Amino acid sequence: MTSLAPTSETHLAEPRVTEALLYLDGVSVAFDGFQAINNLSFTVLPHEMRAIIGPNGAGKTTMMDIVTGKTRPDKGDVLFDHGEHDLTRLDEAEIAGLGIGRKFQRPTVFESHTVADNILLALEGPRDPFAAMFGRRNRIAPDRIDEVLSRVKLLEFRDKRAGDLSHGQKQWLEIGMLLSQQPKLLLVDEPVAGMTDAETEATAELLKDIAATRSVVVVEHDMSFVRALGVKVTCLHEGRVLAEGPLDAVAADEKVIEVYLGR
Amino acid sequence: MISARLFGILDRSGIIFLVVLVGALVLVPALNLFTPEQSALHVPNYVVQLLGKYVCYAVLALSLDLVWGYCGILSLGHGAFFALGGYAMGMYLMRQIGDRGVYRNPDLPDFMVFLNWKQLPWFWHGFEWLAFALPMVLIVPGLLALGFGWLAFRSRVTGVYLSIITQAMTYALLLAFFRNDMGFGGNNGLTDFKDIAGFSVEAQGTRATLFGLSVLTLIGCFVLSRYLVTSAFGKVLVSIRDAESRTRFLGYRVEHYKLAVFVLSACMAGLAGALYVPQVGIINPSEFSPANSIEAVVWVAVGGRGTLIGAALGAITVNLLKTLLTSGPLAPFWLFALGAIAIGVTLTLPKGLLGLFDALPGKAPASADKPSSPIRTQTARHSE
Repeated sequence: MTSLAPTSETHLAEPRVTEALLYLDGVSVAFDGFQAINNLSFTVLPHEMRAIIGPNGAGKTTMMDIVTGKTRPDKGDVLFDHGEHDLTRLDEAEIAGLGIGRKFQRPTVFESHTVADNILLALEGPRDPFAAMFGRRNRIAPDRIDEVLSRVKLLEFRDKRAGDLSHGQKQWLEIGMLLSQQPKLLLVDEPVAGMTDAETEATAELLKDIAATRSVVVVEHDMSFVRALGVKVTCLHEGRVLAEGPLDAVAADEKVIEVYLGR
Repeated sequence: MISARLFGILDRSGIIFLVVLVGALVLVPALNLFTPEQSALHVPNYVVQLLGKYVCYAVLALSLDLVWGYCGILSLGHGAFFALGGYAMGMYLMRQIGDRGVYRNPDLPDFMVFLNWKQLPWFWHGFEWLAFALPMVLIVPGLLALGFGWLAFRSRVTGVYLSIITQAMTYALLLAFFRNDMGFGGNNGLTDFKDIAGFSVEAQGTRATLFGLSVLTLIGCFVLSRYLVTSAFGKVLVSIRDAESRTRFLGYRVEHYKLAVFVLSACMAGLAGALYVPQVGIINPSEFSPANSIEAVVWVAVGGRGTLIGAALGAITVNLLKTLLTSGPLAPFWLFALGAIAIGVTLTLPKGLLGLFDALPGKAPASADKPSSPIRTQTARHSE
């Protein structure tokens, strides 16, 4: 929130360093006159899991586009790794290289590859064409792939075409791909959309498990899922932060009820 | 050790394909050179030349399949790289004519004497040596692909827009090479070749050797392509084809991959052109015509996109049909037949001719690197 900036100024003389892993301040972006993000500020701490909620068009996906370099903001600061990197100056591949992984709203796995090959391509390591032609990426040990696959419970499907997986399994494969990237920050867009209740529950457990070692930002509409995560919630509306805090406090907020939850 | 790696990259159909090629490599020249002309087994000279031409087309199709079938870059200008390789070889062959031309000028090719030029243009220097011309066969198309690809892929031009500008590229080259003052023989191109590496291009032995070299080139390009598409590089290419922005968010520099495969493919196409020219005896600007490049796309689509073998098979099949159908009373209808083949294959054989073999009983289902349907429908649209 905007209130963070002045407080950090008061007790720290160093200007650049912020406690936060991800730091957005005064970010705005407009598309053809539509203000998708309007003076948005919020921060995510290391090893923090944060849930983002908000009505359609609140700017949740655009916010992720800005952090991952797909969209450049018109103004504002987007800093990563305690202010070390200015994300507004980098492109998608560079940002991914810094350790920001993204899971899309619709599961996007490489459908014509096997499940194992999807992980092979996602595992961290050199990503230039020559490494892929003759180098390291061809010598990745199968156990590293299996390790990830067993974590997302897809080991038995390792040689199956990813396109033949069920919707829920694709979501899990994509989470597995994100884990393989060893990111510091994971952005997860509607991970449980279209999942059964049992899958939703298992996904909440998996994400909590992941958040033990890295920061996770989850965008989700499913309030019972957000409740199951049990983390700090940020509600966006019209491209700004409407309310922030524990789910119960946010859910009780008059403005949030007005625009999002309904009476 | 090397053979283990080879078997790793070759599946059953790959091995069959190589066996057939090696068989052709041995049998065709042998039956041409060492059997009497009246023998039933004799392969006549014109057949050797014709087959050599088909094999060059197969290499072109293979190069196109590498970018289109695996990376989703539908190049409608690959004929340009083929023609540039052909021109580089043609320039060497022109310089070999020496003073045996019509005007008996030891330094200048006939068309330059005819145009009243006094000295050899700077870009013709060096082409008197095969050791200079051969690298040029790869470097010239490669550089064009590098420049073109760097601009196009960096600004993220994709899909139909990229296809259109590749088409514009080959058309621009067609117009440029038509001009006499470009210094490449204008409308007539380069022809009347005499010698290659000291041997007469007309000699039976030279023709058989050129055929053999073409088959060896096809084998080499196939094995290299197969190595690449089975490596992680090939997997990234397929990822780019199917989900480009996902690949980018995974941290891959999509433009570098596209550029690498595009340049490599252009070099292969150039090599095919260079082998083609001494066998057909002429290179002229019509090789740059957009229709040629589109025809190459039809070969790949007919044979089976994203399979390599299918591309080569398609090039040979379609050209065999072309030879048969354009020589008889059916000649005026060839383009209709080509159109019908392209549409027919797209509608009834979505995996191309190679898909027929996959459908045979006892054969494993299609491998993972087969393209998904949405992009394939583009074939029919573009081959109009």
